[in-house]
Amino acid sequence: MKFEIYRFHPEHDSKPRMQVYEVEIERGMMLRDALLAIQAKDETFTFRHSCGEGVCGSDGVNVNGVNMLACTTRVSDLKEPVQVRPLPGRPVIRDLVVDMSQFYKQYQSVDPWLQRNEPNPEREIRQSPEQRDKLDGLYECIMCACCSTSCPSFWWNPDKFLGPQALLTAARFVLDSRDQATEKRLDALEGPYKLFRCHTIMSCVEVCPKGLNPTRAIGHLKAMMLKDSV
Amino acid sequence: MPLARRRFDTLIIGAGGAGLNAALQLADSGLGVAVVSKVFPTRSHTVAAQGGVNAALANVLPDNWHWHMFDTVKGSDYLGDQDAIEFMCREAIPTVYELEHAGVPFSRLPDGRIYQRKFGGQSQNFGGEQAARTCAAADRTGHAILHALYQQNLRAKTHFFDEWFAINLLRDAEGVVLGALVIEIASGEPLIIEAKTTLLATGGCGQVFRTNSNAHINTGDGMAMALRIGVPLMDMEFFQFHPTGIAGKGMLISEGVRGEGGYLINKDGERFMDRYAPHARDLASRDVVSRSIMTEIKEGRGCGPRGDYMLLKVDHLGEEVVAKRLPGIRESSKIFAGVDPAHEPIPVFPTAHYSMGGIPTDRFGRVVVPERHGEETVPGLYAAGECACASVHGANRLGGNSLLDILVFGRLAGKDIREYVRENPYHRDLDDAVVQAAIAPLERWEQGGDGPGVAEVRAELQRTMEDHAGVFRTDEIMREGVDKLDALRDRLAAARLRDHSKAFNTARIQALELDNLYDVGRALAVSALHRQESRGAHSRPDYPERDDKQWMKHSLYFKAGDAMDYKPVRTKPLTVETFPPKPRVY
Repeated sequence: MKFEIYRFHPEHDSKPRMQVYEVEIERGMMLRDALLAIQAKDETFTFRHSCGEGVCGSDGVNVNGVNMLACTTRVSDLKEPVQVRPLPGRPVIRDLVVDMSQFYKQYQSVDPWLQRNEPNPEREIRQSPEQRDKLDGLYECIMCACCSTSCPSFWWNPDKFLGPQALLTAARFVLDSRDQATEKRLDALEGPYKLFRCHTIMSCVEVCPKGLNPTRAIGHLKAMMLKDSV
Repeated sequence: MPLARRRFDTLIIGAGGAGLNAALQLADSGLGVAVVSKVFPTRSHTVAAQGGVNAALANVLPDNWHWHMFDTVKGSDYLGDQDAIEFMCREAIPTVYELEHAGVPFSRLPDGRIYQRKFGGQSQNFGGEQAARTCAAADRTGHAILHALYQQNLRAKTHFFDEWFAINLLRDAEGVVLGALVIEIASGEPLIIEAKTTLLATGGCGQVFRTNSNAHINTGDGMAMALRIGVPLMDMEFFQFHPTGIAGKGMLISEGVRGEGGYLINKDGERFMDRYAPHARDLASRDVVSRSIMTEIKEGRGCGPRGDYMLLKVDHLGEEVVAKRLPGIRESSKIFAGVDPAHEPIPVFPTAHYSMGGIPTDRFGRVVVPERHGEETVPGLYAAGECACASVHGANRLGGNSLLDILVFGRLAGKDIREYVRENPYHRDLDDAVVQAAIAPLERWEQGGDGPGVAEVRAELQRTMEDHAGVFRTDEIMREGVDKLDALRDRLAAARLRDHSKAFNTARIQALELDNLYDVGRALAVSALHRQESRGAHSRPDYPERDDKQWMKHSLYFKAGDAMDYKPVRTKPLTVETFPPKPRVY
């Protein structure tokens, strides 16, 4: 099977190029396996990966124009030649490795930790199954950045618009019955950019490898802010 | 040019559950904490833990820490240290509540308390009815815990070195550990981090085996770093093969599946665990279930055209239970095995999963080494999590006790480090000779020329370990394995990097990891060859019985000369009576 891989080495290359590799396909082969087969032949080629089962979120890449995890993508589902590029819109460090710092900064900017004013009880903080259900679809995020780097609003304003991942995280805490900083969290999302640059294009929903729905989470936040302001 | 240096009160290598729980204790008490991790923290392998964490909360069925302790001692095949086990089982309860307060989204019971599921090897009342002790966030418990710990560390302003790789520890002539030599992966620049204490929390080494459930990053780095400064590794022959990896792939299917009521069948559709463990059936200990699967296959009752796997049946639980309690497993099965467990059974085969052995520590995470009349701590050095051996798992770990181990001992190491830094408030002088010794592996891979590639040698190592240190081990098989490792040592010495560039050179990192894998694999193989009995995960057809008279002792492997030493099992608990060794039946 023919692969065209984005290559760029900051010490040797003035601009990126696409390099062609042939990989012998085995039954059940994942894209990560194919990339590893390429690396075994050419150790100068690099990409991030780790768990191999879609939970660590290391190997988000752009394949034939769509962001996905290499380890959970079957090569047999891909159109040949398979074009593999780094996640779009982020500075490339080398080959498929992008600089994720802006993405992480936006995540950190929503104060992504449980906040409480009251002393903790001696045992667990009670939470009903119905309250806990509200976190499903939010807490499972693996921070692979497939969503934020497929979002046009994030491409244009990566420093001002928080992007779907950080907003999903904000919603995860706003909707947690144990968290007591809801008002503060919603206030922090005010203004024309941080949240309201989301134009519900829904690229994030299409690409999320965990089947999460950041657009719906953003909708929740918007609704709560409206309710808060009246 | 002298290397750049930075100073922190304390250095933590590894950002999984152990490292981050230690970091949280320390950062919250105002110390300067540096966490060095070769991947972004939430990508550490704790993220992949599925089923849950054990604590006798008694939310679902009656329970107490003493029953948990009994199960753990029995599960360890009486090789675990009973003081450390009592300590862990007691500390489990506050540790889980602390995690819940930190934000972990545990699944819930109707009354709002934490959901607990049944797991293998758990009993009420010292070997009675099945207990339900495993606190779960669906089947994504590790993910939920790791993310919450990372988030709390952001609040506490822990200093993260993301995508930095630790090469070697710095240990001076008096034996004090002064920090580590690390390298920034993005720039390829080395750095010396000086610290009053260093905690190794680098996780497991499952990549020594070809088929494993571990992440690419689980290369035993901390274990190998300890070996290189003369610290032995303890009980390395005890490596757990998890019974239910996806056949041919190795990805894990949580024991939680059987805890929720799933069971194994052979090609005749027989629920074969009934024959091997009539009481606990599919929830017998992992070593027992793995051996049973291998025996079924050997005796011709395997499934599939080649008869080389078993089936894990789940569909009888119904779509709702599968969707609610096992969503991650369902996803993995669909992607990697092409089956939806709500409708079809999952093909499974034992997969290399977990190292019971590791860097010897006491129950405060302090690294201990043998001295003439007992043992002494290595000043400034701590270890916690899978890379360490406290020893709470002995010869076989129970499901749900690994998250517990990393969290309890990470937390306690953090508290002990706080005391150590209070008593040793100043950095010691770091001599250039110490730095020079540490930098050797980096310089070795700068050599040019032809030689075997790193990927090639790693594949040979993994194959050798799989063939010669697997589920069943005989003297002949293991001796041949050690011979092959001798030959591989020369191949490793001849291996060369082609790419010597600096920017994000993962080939260099993989070469350094290969050095570590080799040292750890060798420790495992040599320790296994010496132990002439069957205990827990170490199963020898040529010595089929457990031999408490000769072998109820811990192995210690030293890198220098492959030397073996032994130390007694600590059979005296802290406050309760000893559980004396008994035949282990489930």
